[in-house]
Amino acid sequence: MFSIERWQEIFEGLFKNKLRTVLTGVSVASGIFILVILLGAGNGIQNGIQKQFEQDAVNRISVWPGITQKEYNGLGIGREIQLHNSDYTTALTLLSDHIEYKSAVYSVWSGNMVFKKETGTYRVEGVHPDYQFIENASIVKGRFLNQSDIANYEKHVVIGQKVANDLFKGEEELLGQELSISGTIYKVIGVFTDPGGEREESRVYIPISTAQRAYSAGDKIRSIVFTLKRNADFDNAVAESHEFTQKLETFLRARHTIAPDDKGALHINNSLDQAKNIYIITGGVKAFFWFVGICTIIAGVVGVGNIMLIIVKERTKEIGIRKALGASPFSIISMILQEAVFITVVAGFSGLVFGLLVWEFVGPSIETDFFTRPEVDFNVAITTLVILVVAGAFAGFVPAYRAAKIRPIIALRGD
Amino acid sequence: MIEIKDLHKSYQMGKNSLHVLKGIDFTVKEGEFVSIMGSSGSGKSTLLNIIGILDEADSGTYTLDSVPIKNLNETIASRYRNKFLGFVFQSFNLINYKSALDNVALPLYYQGVGRKERMERSMYYLEKVGLANWAKHLPSEMSGGQKQRVAIARALAADPKVLLADEPTGALDTKTSYEVMELIQQINDEGKTVLIVTHESDIAEMTKRIVFLKDGQIESDKPVNQVRASEYV
Repeated sequence: MFSIERWQEIFEGLFKNKLRTVLTGVSVASGIFILVILLGAGNGIQNGIQKQFEQDAVNRISVWPGITQKEYNGLGIGREIQLHNSDYTTALTLLSDHIEYKSAVYSVWSGNMVFKKETGTYRVEGVHPDYQFIENASIVKGRFLNQSDIANYEKHVVIGQKVANDLFKGEEELLGQELSISGTIYKVIGVFTDPGGEREESRVYIPISTAQRAYSAGDKIRSIVFTLKRNADFDNAVAESHEFTQKLETFLRARHTIAPDDKGALHINNSLDQAKNIYIITGGVKAFFWFVGICTIIAGVVGVGNIMLIIVKERTKEIGIRKALGASPFSIISMILQEAVFITVVAGFSGLVFGLLVWEFVGPSIETDFFTRPEVDFNVAITTLVILVVAGAFAGFVPAYRAAKIRPIIALRGD
Repeated sequence: MIEIKDLHKSYQMGKNSLHVLKGIDFTVKEGEFVSIMGSSGSGKSTLLNIIGILDEADSGTYTLDSVPIKNLNETIASRYRNKFLGFVFQSFNLINYKSALDNVALPLYYQGVGRKERMERSMYYLEKVGLANWAKHLPSEMSGGQKQRVAIARALAADPKVLLADEPTGALDTKTSYEVMELIQQINDEGKTVLIVTHESDIAEMTKRIVFLKDGQIESDKPVNQVRASEYV
């Protein structure tokens, strides 16, 4: 198989029949090229969607109450459920093992904000310090809220980049400026950006204690948000987050006397579940692309097989001569097989490299939010190469078998 | 060298069976120069194919250089062909994309001879047939006589025991035919056993023994006074 002499013999045949060799190669090269393009696109879509999810911590669980829709334990329909600080603290002590970041939220949808002559309406969220990490927000100036802000009911505010751009136009120093929110004066202590973009940057964060006091909410909270400790294995993470959600739900339903199957009274959003659905979808997209790509390769391989069959037919006489001169069937088989494998591998490899180059140079210019890093990784490239060798052998097998069956006496007759 | 006893061969033509060789007894000693003659359909090519291990007899025995040729698989058959036999065909059967030198070297390639030695030996035989200057030429650039001489060089390259020629002059004009025959006579003079199938009596006269085949049987088998081809050239 690796005899130099045989390779020389094969190269001679290939080089002296250039057109045939090139035509054979093009079908395989285009097949692999299309596969690489499809796989790259699949990766691009997957990366894009993943990036959308990475904006918030992925294993995020949020709870907010609603209105009961079922009678339970003597209590009627239409009862409004209200969460309190104690729900949050009790849940924390109960589930502390799994929690990474936690925050209760008291939010006001439209807070009127005034800075000098600029005014605007933005969402105000009273939160705990961890909320920064739950939202994946990053501080560009100053700091985020801290524990002492909460404890001391400080009138401190961390504003989003959008708010800063809108209200503090032309101000050199934002920190320490006084911002009026719904008539109360707050001191700006930080500016944040959020990968979620403008929508999430049109917010301001104040300490939850301050918010509850400013909006006369007592110890009421609107929602509770947790993120769970990260788990390297996705399925484990999903299982863990399910378990966590179960416990949390059971606890809250018991505490507020809500029927276990009353969906309207208590909403729990588990982002990991959503993520999983998206992963399944992107997995499906990828599988589809693999399928189409493999089909393309099969078409290419059948093409090569077909061409090799014609070649064998065309070379019947040559093979007959070779056999008369002492070529064994094995040497004929390996000659045809090696030729087929060589053509598919070289052509396929050029298709692979060409596809990779296209993504390398064209990829960055067509990136969008839902289509990022459309690249084919090393493992996939290796996989395609293995597919190629197998495909080449496959394409060559039938023609080689035919060639081996050629009887010299028949091949040399009739001319 | 060649011993054939009671050889039978028939071909299946649809429903009819065509009995081509009907009991051939035939012996060739080393260094002989034999021509097999007969009208078309007499079985002479079939006999040559069987001797050349390109075809197999239905019954009877065939011994080549004391080796019984019977029920060989393709691999062994090809090895014997390579070792014992050199072929010359009517239509030359050179590989058209290979140069004269590479064509001559092909049997040596299948013998596993290294490239350098292969080229040297092939060049030696090309010189022998007077075509050393044509070594790099493709068959398409050569005349019929030259092609046949390349084919003869190729048949000799592996130094076979027997040279088998099937109508070697069939595609050549008279003058070229005689040139080719002169070459074959020289080869025989050097002691090589040669078997020629032909239907031209002037060619047969240039061998040392003529075997007539008729309807699959040997009609006559007699030595002749060899006519030297050089007398005509």
